[in-house]
Amino acid sequence: MEKQLLDILKTNGRIKEEDLAVMLNTSVDEVKSTIERLEKEGVILGYDTLIDWEKTDYEKVIAYIEVKVTPQRGQGFDKVAERIYNYPQVTACSLMSGRYDLFVVVEGKTMKEVALFVAEKLAPIESVLSTATHFVLKKYKDNGIVFNKPRKDKREAVVL
Amino acid sequence: MSIEQMIKENIVNTPPSGIRKYFDLINDMKDAISLGIGEPDFETPWSIREEGIYSLEQGRTFYTSNAGLPELRREISRYMKDRFNLAYQAEDEVLVTVGGSEAIDLAIRTFAGPGDEVIIPEPCFVAYKGCVMFTGATPVTIELKAEHDFKLQPEQVLNAITDKTKAIILGYPNNPTGATMGYDDYKALVEVLKDKNIVVISDELYAELTYKGKHVSIANFPEMKDKTIVINGFSKAFAMTGWRIGFACGHPAAIKQMQKIHQYAIMCSPTTAQFAAIEALKNGLEEVEKMVEEYNRRRLVMVDGFRKAGLDCYEPTGAFYVFPDLRKFGLSSDEFCERLLLEEKVLMVPGNAFGECGEGFARATYATSLENIKEALRRIKRFVDKLNR
Repeated sequence: MEKQLLDILKTNGRIKEEDLAVMLNTSVDEVKSTIERLEKEGVILGYDTLIDWEKTDYEKVIAYIEVKVTPQRGQGFDKVAERIYNYPQVTACSLMSGRYDLFVVVEGKTMKEVALFVAEKLAPIESVLSTATHFVLKKYKDNGIVFNKPRKDKREAVVL
Repeated sequence: MSIEQMIKENIVNTPPSGIRKYFDLINDMKDAISLGIGEPDFETPWSIREEGIYSLEQGRTFYTSNAGLPELRREISRYMKDRFNLAYQAEDEVLVTVGGSEAIDLAIRTFAGPGDEVIIPEPCFVAYKGCVMFTGATPVTIELKAEHDFKLQPEQVLNAITDKTKAIILGYPNNPTGATMGYDDYKALVEVLKDKNIVVISDELYAELTYKGKHVSIANFPEMKDKTIVINGFSKAFAMTGWRIGFACGHPAAIKQMQKIHQYAIMCSPTTAQFAAIEALKNGLEEVEKMVEEYNRRRLVMVDGFRKAGLDCYEPTGAFYVFPDLRKFGLSSDEFCERLLLEEKVLMVPGNAFGECGEGFARATYATSLENIKEALRRIKRFVDKLNR
């Protein structure tokens, strides 16, 4: 039931515990205690909302940044990663295999703001060797959801 | 003489399906929710669609062999063995058809004609009776009962058999009731059928959509296998209704004759759909499992919602239908469904559309989004509260 519960919450963090209990064929108490436990264990870290910012009047720029670094003795990549992800502008940070080491997502209001953050904060960090900034121009799909997809039912109204 | 008078009597006498009224009503409505659509709400998984597109790009626009692409028949043979433990030779025991519907028609035409009888347990998919009538054979119906969870009882079959009986049509998991038959349910039925010269036409289109225990086919019983035509397809499991592709499996002697009708009447199944179907069987099962999980959650929500709204319903264990009991309201199925549609804009199909004994029930499908289901349940509760006042 734990995997099923996580699968449902992954796509709908707002679902009511009563509904979860019905769907998983269990009691509301069982659902509540399982969620509490998963939160306590740090399996569930938060509840996100998927937003198409393009449809709002708010300005939002997202950049994906490839960062090459020199790992530090005794601490590997963790220390430099921490120096990067502690900035609130950084919304995601992962250690990667391949051509570069850290994959960093930075959000800001304007391209200039993001570019300046990279130039003034990210690039000067001691062990950072190079950065390559890629701005997101258009999101087609995120978190398994296709953006701007017509949600109309294409079926006949009655089929026996 | 007008052309109308020249039409064969048994065609004219076969009634059309009785839901036109609802179709017209709902099409003029805004914000209506249809729980009357008997097909998946999911689009065909992308890798399957992509294979169809690719086959067109490659110019695979020609007829295939009558029985279907050899690779597809091999995949079907493998699938039936892996998934349902049913062994059929790809070469001569598998026929690819235009949806399960064509396979049903072929099987009936191969085994029944004027003067013959075909047993049909109702409520059931509407095409069985019509297809039997078109051949000139007589449909003999059995009334499945809610108190048996709409499972077919061996005594009922025994009582329906005469020396004219040529075939019996089984449809489990069932449209419209959502009922399934397990091993023990079939065991008693097999005792009745095993020594009779009666062919079983087993429509198992919803086999993948089984929520409690594994799907069982009557052909899993060795004494029945050679006398059973198993019909399955891609429409329900792989969300491929519009592709029109299904298949029949059975004894080579039967498949050979069914293939002859298929060859003359149809030629072959759509080539694009056949290529897509190969991909479905090779790589589509994970997507099927995801869809089945989602259906199962909605099933539980719908049954729970109906019961909380004050509608009696037994727990359906297959397909994607719930079949609530309306009898305590003192309305006919038709009155209940029409008022529900007009007053609350929710469409359920009256149970008697699936045979007279469906009267007193209605079919609601959970092949629609959870939001739709929850809103429909709110409206149904409001309607039932009004009836109870």
